[in-house]
Amino acid sequence: MKLLADYMWVVLFMGLGMLFVFGGYITSWLIRPSKPSSKKLFTYECGEVPVGSSWVQFNIRYYLFALIFVIFDVEVAFLFPWAVVFKELGLVAFVEMMIFMAILLVGLLYAWRKGILKWM
Amino acid sequence: MNIDAICSLVLSNMAFFVLAAIGIVCGVLVVTVRNLVHAVLFLAVFLLSVAGLFITLEAEFLAIIQVFIFVGAIVVLFMFLIMLTYKVSDMAVPQGNRLKGAAIVVAGVLFCLIFYIMKAMKWNEAAPVVTITDDVARIGRLLLGQYVLPFELVSFVLLAALIGAIVIARKGE
Repeated sequence: MKLLADYMWVVLFMGLGMLFVFGGYITSWLIRPSKPSSKKLFTYECGEVPVGSSWVQFNIRYYLFALIFVIFDVEVAFLFPWAVVFKELGLVAFVEMMIFMAILLVGLLYAWRKGILKWM
Repeated sequence: MNIDAICSLVLSNMAFFVLAAIGIVCGVLVVTVRNLVHAVLFLAVFLLSVAGLFITLEAEFLAIIQVFIFVGAIVVLFMFLIMLTYKVSDMAVPQGNRLKGAAIVVAGVLFCLIFYIMKAMKWNEAAPVVTITDDVARIGRLLLGQYVLPFELVSFVLLAALIGAIVIARKGE
């Protein structure tokens, strides 16, 4: 249970972070004067009158980048255990990981050739 | 049992119940909230609470992977999906459809099944609790030693996913 005791600091940190946010809200709610007006409900856009809706359809390219990111995020998850035992297992582990990454590199090259990585 | 052990037991139980409560509340909100962006944000909190549950089980590596892949990548992917769908521009979308009743029945049956299995399962309660501190190193040793072939195959699965996703996503262009 040593681990759980270590994570008490994380819990403490989260608690203080929430206190910081909600404390600010509660303090301002207690001391501010209340003068509601319709202009106060405007979306803040650097003092300008907002133009159009904030709901716009995004380019599909964002989605493709997110997809490629997910794949390489999973790859990184496999890199962690490898990095921890890297010194212990030596060259064999290095070659094994290079094969693993080479296979995924094919995918990256495919994306590159298809022009996914180019921003238009 | 000394006072330290009792304290840590109470602490871990408390952590479990708090995290489970957060998980259940956020899980219900994901499927009931009408704004899809809010639903995805609640999904992120739900996944974080699962990561916390992993920590109470002392599976630190799993918790980190949970945050990395599910909160970091999958939620971002969901976010982009919602922003790509132009029909959500009126923000409030109905959460249920005509299959709502059937879905409730299926979920209820599944819950009963899992509950039954957990009741019938003989948990190995008598065994001494072994605390594993070097779980990442153990995973690494197994992954690069005994299970090296499945490990390399994972790479092919990821490659297939990557190329497949690109092909499907480019169809619309």
